[in-house]
Amino acid sequence: MSDLAPALIRVRGLFHTYEPGAGEPVPALRGVDLDVRRGECVALIGGNGSGKSTLAKHLNALLLPTAGEVIVDGLDTRDRDAVWAVRQRVGMIFEHPDDQLIAAVVEEDVAFGCENLGLPPAEIRSRVDEALRIVGLEALRRRPPHLLSGGQKQRVAIAGVLAMRPRCLVLDEATSMLDPAGQREVMETVLRLRRDEGLALVLITHSMEEAALADRVVVLAGGTVALSGTPAEVFARDDALRDLRLEAPPIVALARGLAAAGVALPAGLLTAPQLADAVAAAYRRGRGEA
Amino acid sequence: MIRCEGVTHVYQRGSPFEATALEDVSLEIGAGDVIGIIGATGSGKSTLVQHLNGLLRPTAGRVYLDDVDINAREVDRRRVRQQVGLLFQYPEHQLFEETVTADVGFGPRNLGLAPDEVRERTARALAQVGLDPAVFGPRSPFSLSNGEMRRVAIAGLLAMEPRMLILDEPTAGLDPASRREILDHIMRLRNARGLTIVLVSHSMDAVARLCRRVVVLDRGRVVAQGPTRDVFADPARLAALGLGVPQVAECARLLRERGVPVRPDVLTVEEARRAILDVLAGVAGRRPAPKKVP
Repeated sequence: MSDLAPALIRVRGLFHTYEPGAGEPVPALRGVDLDVRRGECVALIGGNGSGKSTLAKHLNALLLPTAGEVIVDGLDTRDRDAVWAVRQRVGMIFEHPDDQLIAAVVEEDVAFGCENLGLPPAEIRSRVDEALRIVGLEALRRRPPHLLSGGQKQRVAIAGVLAMRPRCLVLDEATSMLDPAGQREVMETVLRLRRDEGLALVLITHSMEEAALADRVVVLAGGTVALSGTPAEVFARDDALRDLRLEAPPIVALARGLAAAGVALPAGLLTAPQLADAVAAAYRRGRGEA
Repeated sequence: MIRCEGVTHVYQRGSPFEATALEDVSLEIGAGDVIGIIGATGSGKSTLVQHLNGLLRPTAGRVYLDDVDINAREVDRRRVRQQVGLLFQYPEHQLFEETVTADVGFGPRNLGLAPDEVRERTARALAQVGLDPAVFGPRSPFSLSNGEMRRVAIAGLLAMEPRMLILDEPTAGLDPASRREILDHIMRLRNARGLTIVLVSHSMDAVARLCRRVVVLDRGRVVAQGPTRDVFADPARLAALGLGVPQVAECARLLRERGVPVRPDVLTVEEARRAILDVLAGVAGRRPAPKKVP
């Protein structure tokens, strides 16, 4: 990690303990360190109850540290005066699209966050137009959100966050309620935003296929970071993953099975196109073409 | 076991919000079948499964359980629901009793069974989903992990001793290990008790692994049904319907595009591995391994 490019988000020694009204306090995070650099895509994976969603809520000051600190673009989330600036920089997309949409038509929904920033109407208009264009929903701007598909609803939620001009999007299981087309739609949208707008992404997901698309995978277990590295490094740790209630994506398992049977494949194959290219090359070598 | 004939369902009929959720759906589910129902959001999957246990009445058409029209006046719908258990999405939101034992025993108690019988069924049902009744029974359902809560909800259905289990997205929101545990328990139940299983899922990998037959819905209509292997052998069509194929099937499709003659209808990692090794062994001049279709 280069010191020249300071992290957009810096989490140091983060502890979080939930204090229920009755009963024992529940420690959810126990000393987490995490950096998210500008424009980086980090996947946060882990078993149920590992602390992923708790950590996510710290990234935009929805929760505040019991101990430790979270610094977003130089702002300490514990600083009360910085809360809105933090939330403007880090936008959250949650699992249930219906819980996030509130207005009667799409463009009003997209404008909602900007209105709360107190921006002048002309500025809001231009930001909403731009956000709708970026997520490809201009044609549906006057539709009531409840008539949209799940994938479209999530894109509306993303547009609402984009209109705030954030530096980072945190997607907390944002595709888990969607059908395969909706999942593709949302993932293509956010990966494009990262490429074209330089947005950092934090993907919290139970989908190992989605995690394989990240630059870096961080595995949480019992409220601490248990494993981290590139997707290829993390998904190569089969035994560790099993202990952490995770598993490699099917393509990684297939590549491993082929390599074990003596097929010469490069290391670190993660996606179906990568594996298909590598196997096709082995096939051509076998035919004496290469 | 269950047969739908020309089932149509119209929500809010005669109002400005009238919407046809199912149109002329006919299908048959045999005893011991494991059937997957797939379709994009809004294609009518949840509406369809609620017809299978009489929670919804068709606007037109009929639903038969063992050749009896379940919506006929004289049929006791509670008995239908006891035989055909339906697990809703996020069933853990429906847990409400103070202990796991009380929650799982709720249905049998309502059947008016003797306390001993209720206790026995509860313990058996918990054991069937891999939860030790002595350990988990006294605990509060809300102290459990998501995967465990999901299994308690399934145990609640099993305690009714149904012949058929309908599972609407049973693994949504669970980690990979919990997903595998739940699917493994479901298959074990099917094999041990001959339970009929209907699995509604957006996970093409889960459907490919478990189901023998698949029904594809699109805007309330059945647009394809047949053996799992045949349905997943047409990736372009499924993509047009907002669906996909298992990842390894996608890899096989890409290989064929690249001129590698791999069998297109692989469903699991192991099948894909064998199919690719066969083809590579062929060009390496070795005798190809015998083809074995599982």
